[in-house]
Amino acid sequence: MRSGSSDSYSGAGSLADAGGALAGSSVAAPGLHSQPDSPRTTINPNTIDKRRVLIQTIESPVVSYLKFLPYFKMGAAGVESLAGVRKVNVNVSRRRFIKGVITSSAAAATSSAWYSASAKQRPGGVVERLITLNVNGRKRPVDVLPQETLAYTLRYKLGLTGTKLGCNRGECGACTVVVDDVSHYSCSMLTHSVRGRAVATVEGLQDPSGALHPVQQAFIDELAPQCGYCTPGQLMATVALLKDNPKPTREEARQALSGNLCRCGAYDHYLNAVMRASGQATEVEQNA
Amino acid sequence: MAAHDVMPDIELFQPITVEDASAIAARLDGAGWILAGGQDTYGWLKDRAKHPGAMIDLAAIEGINGINATASGISIGAMTTLRDVMRDPLIAEKFPILTQAAGRVASPQIRNQGTLGGNVAQDTRCWYYRRGLSCYRAGGNICYADSPEGMNREHALFGASRCVAVSPSDTATALVAVDATMVIHREGREKRVPAEQFFIGPAINITHMTVLRPGDILTHVEIPNTWANTESYFEKVADRDVWDFALVSIAAVMKTSGGVIDDARIVCGAVECVPRRLRSVEQALRGKPRNEQTADAVAGLASGGARTLNHNQFKVPLMENLVRRALRT
Ligand SMILES: Cc1cc2nc3c(=O)[nH]c(=O)nc-3n(C[C@H](O)[C@H](O)[C@H](O)COP(=O)(O)OP(=O)(O)OC[C@H]3O[C@@H](n4cnc5c(N)ncnc54)[C@H](O)[C@@H]3O)c2cc1C
Ligand code: SF4
Ligand code: FES
Ligand code: FES
Repeated sequence: MRSGSSDSYSGAGSLADAGGALAGSSVAAPGLHSQPDSPRTTINPNTIDKRRVLIQTIESPVVSYLKFLPYFKMGAAGVESLAGVRKVNVNVSRRRFIKGVITSSAAAATSSAWYSASAKQRPGGVVERLITLNVNGRKRPVDVLPQETLAYTLRYKLGLTGTKLGCNRGECGACTVVVDDVSHYSCSMLTHSVRGRAVATVEGLQDPSGALHPVQQAFIDELAPQCGYCTPGQLMATVALLKDNPKPTREEARQALSGNLCRCGAYDHYLNAVMRASGQATEVEQNA
Repeated sequence: MAAHDVMPDIELFQPITVEDASAIAARLDGAGWILAGGQDTYGWLKDRAKHPGAMIDLAAIEGINGINATASGISIGAMTTLRDVMRDPLIAEKFPILTQAAGRVASPQIRNQGTLGGNVAQDTRCWYYRRGLSCYRAGGNICYADSPEGMNREHALFGASRCVAVSPSDTATALVAVDATMVIHREGREKRVPAEQFFIGPAINITHMTVLRPGDILTHVEIPNTWANTESYFEKVADRDVWDFALVSIAAVMKTSGGVIDDARIVCGAVECVPRRLRSVEQALRGKPRNEQTADAVAGLASGGARTLNHNQFKVPLMENLVRRALRT
């Protein structure tokens, strides 16, 4: 263990070093595997199987009973327009729904067998579904694939490119966002898992008047970032920390930010900024 | 669209009851994949190393998330995040080694999302296997790690049987030490398995790390009071304090009276495919004081029977030193 090194919050080596120590990243060679766009199915709302639509109606008052959602050939487009139109008998619809699942599962098994046969071929069975997210306090309706990660939705569907992707494997922290006041790697959570939760990204920190968030201001005042690539993640990890613990010790801050790599090695500067943002002394520990 | 997500096409189910989750999983058989926090899962999918057809997300199921005191101990829902495990005052008071073990998993963000159930049910981190190579564990007929050129620094000292991969879970080590019970929902029935039998080695089943089969849902981890508030020790040695898996870890609980050890359970992680109980050390400790002399006397027993590979000899003294450290006061 290289504890005591100032190369990271937690005794990590430099990123070059970490490349090897990220046990296996050299073998597993994480990288962007490109894949073709999946076909977007557009379905005429009038022809959608009403039963399925009702099950998929997430805005309806019976939502908690109807969370049991399959994504079989479900036309995204028509769903919300039909949402809430009908009163649903919860028991009946749920029973029906389970039946629906069992009939559809044969399709899933078939498509998966096909899928395993060739990773390049797509079963084409998965389709986007319209859901409404709460991002930075705003309602954002968006079509989402079942397997879509939050980082992907934010960056490529909502245009919120402040959230960065570094490793896409939960190993760097560049994609850190705050969900219900807790920090998460947005590359490693499904967008469908944040329905009904409050997502905060770096774009939402600034106040509507344009004033910077105190954490952003502290980062600038302490010249925390170097290249800036890890900065949105460091900001969001700090925001989550200060929400939970408004006056952290430097050690607590180090722990809280330890899931965020900085390849420029600006760790101490970031810690100074966290201390400043929490209204505490920053310089004393410099030579400690 | 210019950029593409690295996640493959896959279906998603979000059932609201354990029965439904289990029914879907059983129905889909090998094509279904239980999804908890996803921190082990997404790597498999993104690397195209496993190809399930559907994820069955347990997040919406009520009653399998949270920590409760019971008449006989503590019950922890499988969907409880590691964050909640490490912040729970009751666990910290009774079983501090679990608090410490949970706190040493991966990174804060992974602990905020990853669950206790996912942590114990996760698959091994042998990099050949994770890469998607067709080794024994993946159903093939070769072990790349245990070969003349193989990189096996992280691999096993004990219990190898064709496969030399090790248990990756930090909490597993602690849960075996405190003699936890895994509560499994299996086709409408409840099955209870001691943690020690929940984890299985390659001689029993080379393609599974645990007794879980398609359709099985781990619902709770129960810890009896038997080892509550006893003396304990946890330490994990890894290359970095964040993200990296254990090279060797130790979890120990000891019942003492008047400074003398009456009984102990000592478990090492990352030296075998399952958390390894150091039974010979446990036996040798009975009736001895917990001190430096005892530590020196028994430490050598820890590695008895170890079969080293080309690059993992360092784990032998590491294990022995961890036993020493666990027994010092
Ligand atoms: C970068 C990185 C570093 C890591 N470092 C560590 C580390 O240091 N120590 C460590 O212990 N782990 C580590 N992990 C591994 C692991 O991802 C996490 O520990 C986490 O706890 C897994 O939980 P999850 O809920 O996210 O699991 P998931 O990915 O959702 O599930 C993992 C497996 O368990 C099965 N499963 C999950 N829940 C259940 C259930 N209730 N019933 C039946 N089957 C179930 C799933 O089908 C899957 O096969 C690391 C992971 C990453 C990506
Ligand atoms: S150690 Fe096990 S998992 Fe790794 S290559 Fe050998 S058989 Fe496969
Ligand atoms: S992009 Fe690296 S942790 Fe998410
Ligand atoms: S990566 Fe350059 S500032 Fe952190």
